[in-house]
Amino acid sequence: MEFLVASAIGILTAAGIYLVLRLRTFPVILGMSLLTYAVNVFLFASGRLVIGAPPILVDGVETYTDPLPQALVLTAIVISFGMTAVVVMIALGAYLSSADDKVNDPTDPEAQAKAEEDVA
Amino acid sequence: MSLFLVVALPFLGALLPGLMNSAGRQACAGVTFIVSLAAFIGLLTNLPAIMAGEVVQARVDWLPALGLNFNLMLDGLGFFFAFLILGIGLLIITYARYYLSRDDNMGEFFTYLLLFQGAMVGITLSDNILLLLVFWELTSLSSFLLIGYWKHLPEGRQGARMALAVTGMGGLAMIAGMLILGNIVGSYDLSVILQNRELIQASPHYVPALILILLGCFTKSAQFPFHFWLPHAMAAPTPVSAYLHSATMVKAGIFLMARMWPALSGTPEWVMIVTTAGLITMVLGAVIALFKHDLKALLAFSTVSHLGLITMLLGTGTAFGALAAVFHILNHATFKAALFMSAGIVDHEAKTRDIPRLGGLAKLMPVTFVIATIAALSMAGIPFLNGFLSKEMMLEEATHTTLFGIPWLVPVLATIGSLFSAAYCFRFIGHTFLGPVRDDYPAHPHDPGPGMWLPPAILVVLVVVIGTAPFLAQPAVFFVTEAVLGGTAEIPIKYIKIWHGLVPALFMSVAAVVGGLIVLAMFKPLMRAWDAAPRPEAKVIFEGLVEAIVGFAQAIILRLHNGSFSRYAAFASLAIVVAGYYAWRTGTVGEATRVMQPVSPVALAGWVMLVAATCGLATLHRNRLLSLVLIGIVGLMVSVGFVFFSAPDLAMTQLTVEVVTIILLLLALNFLPNVTPVESSALRRTRDIAVAIAGGLATMGLSMHYLLRDAVTTPISEFHLANSYKGGGGTNVVNVILVDFRGFDTYGEIIVLGIAALLIYALTETLLSSTVRARLLNRVPDQPQSGSRHPIMMVVLTRVMMPVVLMVGFYIFLRGHNEPGGGFIAGLIVSIGVVMQYMASGFSWTAARLRYPYHGIIGAGVLIAGLTGIGSWFVSKPFLTSDFTYVRIPPFQEFELATAALFDLGVFLAVVGAVMLSLESFSRLARRQDAVDDAHPMDIDPSRDDPPDTDTTTQATEAT
Repeated sequence: MEFLVASAIGILTAAGIYLVLRLRTFPVILGMSLLTYAVNVFLFASGRLVIGAPPILVDGVETYTDPLPQALVLTAIVISFGMTAVVVMIALGAYLSSADDKVNDPTDPEAQAKAEEDVA
Repeated sequence: MSLFLVVALPFLGALLPGLMNSAGRQACAGVTFIVSLAAFIGLLTNLPAIMAGEVVQARVDWLPALGLNFNLMLDGLGFFFAFLILGIGLLIITYARYYLSRDDNMGEFFTYLLLFQGAMVGITLSDNILLLLVFWELTSLSSFLLIGYWKHLPEGRQGARMALAVTGMGGLAMIAGMLILGNIVGSYDLSVILQNRELIQASPHYVPALILILLGCFTKSAQFPFHFWLPHAMAAPTPVSAYLHSATMVKAGIFLMARMWPALSGTPEWVMIVTTAGLITMVLGAVIALFKHDLKALLAFSTVSHLGLITMLLGTGTAFGALAAVFHILNHATFKAALFMSAGIVDHEAKTRDIPRLGGLAKLMPVTFVIATIAALSMAGIPFLNGFLSKEMMLEEATHTTLFGIPWLVPVLATIGSLFSAAYCFRFIGHTFLGPVRDDYPAHPHDPGPGMWLPPAILVVLVVVIGTAPFLAQPAVFFVTEAVLGGTAEIPIKYIKIWHGLVPALFMSVAAVVGGLIVLAMFKPLMRAWDAAPRPEAKVIFEGLVEAIVGFAQAIILRLHNGSFSRYAAFASLAIVVAGYYAWRTGTVGEATRVMQPVSPVALAGWVMLVAATCGLATLHRNRLLSLVLIGIVGLMVSVGFVFFSAPDLAMTQLTVEVVTIILLLLALNFLPNVTPVESSALRRTRDIAVAIAGGLATMGLSMHYLLRDAVTTPISEFHLANSYKGGGGTNVVNVILVDFRGFDTYGEIIVLGIAALLIYALTETLLSSTVRARLLNRVPDQPQSGSRHPIMMVVLTRVMMPVVLMVGFYIFLRGHNEPGGGFIAGLIVSIGVVMQYMASGFSWTAARLRYPYHGIIGAGVLIAGLTGIGSWFVSKPFLTSDFTYVRIPPFQEFELATAALFDLGVFLAVVGAVMLSLESFSRLARRQDAVDDAHPMDIDPSRDDPPDTDTTTQATEAT
């Protein structure tokens, strides 16, 4: 079971990095979302994997999973929504004002200037 | 008054001028004056204690672990400088009130000035060298702001930058020096350091510490070879030049040398470095000053020269030198501030301060003429004015100083310096005020109102009084000098007097004045020679140096940071992997203590789906809609994983966040292209895959590593589990941690979320008010639009579901303390309910039914959470301490009331507001000209029966 989680984290990270290295904003945003999943699961797993022992106190039950990573990850998930929204907004703003959704600075400034003129 | 208050008053007062800006210039200057006056009086209340020989102290521990304590002390030397700073400050504020024009932002000016004043007073009163460094840097920063005050002038901006670069770098060197010094003594308290002269001077680290500290002093006090920034700082408004760059800030370096005198001075290194630098600066500054045509540039170089003189006197390391230095600091502050203010008056009235365009002003502005002449003659060293007395003492000291084994070197150079000093003073008077009245001044010059001439006049009165009756100033000067000496030496003379008999200094003085007159008589040929001679231009050298350094840095950095985000990301990923690997190799790796749990078929199925979706996403990401479907699967499987591994709260949060994120991305995709083109080469993709696999393997290895090992120490969660019910009154430990144990974290997080939403709103507003708006309005959709804008089934369903959703949200919220749920999840659920209305019934319909703006909801949430936290203060508990009780209202069962629920309500509101504000902002972008929302989405519109044609739809809608 541990291997499944560890490999899932690894695959999410690898796919995330690959997408972050793409040249357009949309795949980069998707890649960052994948990295967010990977990091959240990683942090969550720092409480070790426990099956069937949620941290809801019940009389007579002695073992519970570690609640602290869960609390931290819970807020991280919500914050990651805020972060994604801001990044998407920036990407959208850049695309709408320059008609170009590339993430890298243009290697040829003249071509870029021309493209902007066309848009205007 | 407490020393803390004396230092704090200017800083606190700095808030006022900005606020008073709209109340008029008089109020703005008035409030600044009152603040300074209060600090000045506060300082004076400490005078009796100082006169009695006490050292007034005020101490509070700030960061004791670092040795940085907020310790202040006031002795004779500190009092002297603080007196000059606050006293001259009062005159400058009055003068600036009349100097600044109506176009200048007076509030801004006085705010900077008070910041500077506070920092400067802080330097003089610090008893902790680290605290002193803090104030030291603050003066550099406020000076930067003041020099660049006229932002529209390129000279101002360049001068400010140069001053900051030079004094800032000196400050850095000084930090290192002070740390070494503190290390030698074992304390950063100045009073301790000054007691340890032998220990410091015997240390092998003495010379590096000395050099580093002197670098700080020399840059600040414009000593050769760092003198060049000061003339360029003259681009500042004249009150700033008079205040910072003649009377106070440039004396900070001198002050520090005087302050450190008992601990550092007297060694051959000290004499060698300080005296030489001072001597060169004095002669060089005087020579350059003579040939400057700009009145302020002339005064700037003369300031450089006089600072050199004082430095040289401190450098000799004798008690007499220190006495002469202190006396000259006082005298220079009086006559130089007066001269700067006079130059400012000339500039203000004649609209030029270029000497060749002036002359003959004596008849036009007699008051200014008298003031400037007395001050200039004092600077030239004419008897019965205060400059004569200290210059005489300087020459006397020079005759006793031997440098490089040549006995005549110092006296001769000192005389030459004085000669040129006298010459430029005579030129200042002669070429500006004397001569025939001209008829080509840029403006008609006349004396200004008393508001401008009174401040320099007060200083000039001091010049004459001290010059004719030195015994009046003598006790103060002796007193300050004793503080400088710190008991290491005795003052050698009994009193300061005008006539010492026919001593060598007198002949040198006479030679200087006569020589000065001769030089002025030969000024024209000398000027031609000067113009013809090649001279290094400091500004060009400085800028060349800066450019070279920037070029060097760019040569290195551009390989990493060439504007390509992909490049940064790749380098960052690899760097993290390498650093992690290094940590792994060098750390201790324990044995595996946990056994692997058996894989269940359900878990395997989930894993397969997750991996398939992730790999599919990486390969099929070019189809953007498909990739959203795939990332939805990934999110879903992560949620399922959370349920499986005992984290129901996380699963609920992940699931709801997933919904809003996908809606958000769909909204964004509405504008973005639907496919990602193939752009990168196969080679590049292979490289990216290699980086990705390295990162993936690294995280996998790390996860595997710790999943098989128990925590090294017991997690603090034991405490949370044990106290959740007892102390927090809830059985859902995750929720209790969020709203209670770590409530402060959560409070910060909802604020961050709110800020993110406001940022999105602000960006949307910016976009909609730019040229993008027109383009958005006329955008032609790239996909065929559905004929039915508001499908009736969806409208009906979402409206029926709305109360149910709200009820579920309410239920989840209430049960959160004891069962999975809580404010975060409830907030997300309710947001989804509202978003459904937007999607089904349209923007206008929903917006028209919203009673409260989302900004307000965010604000209310943060406010409620904050007030709940503050509430605990009323029962004398720390912020956010929670309490709970059980009540029973018949016929209901007993239930719990907890303050944490109120906090959770704040969380709930902030989440609803933030999510909705973000999504609403996106949908506002999508509103187009032709998409006039139907007033009543449930009305049957016959035109929709026609094939989808946006134009006819619009007309039909408008007709209804």
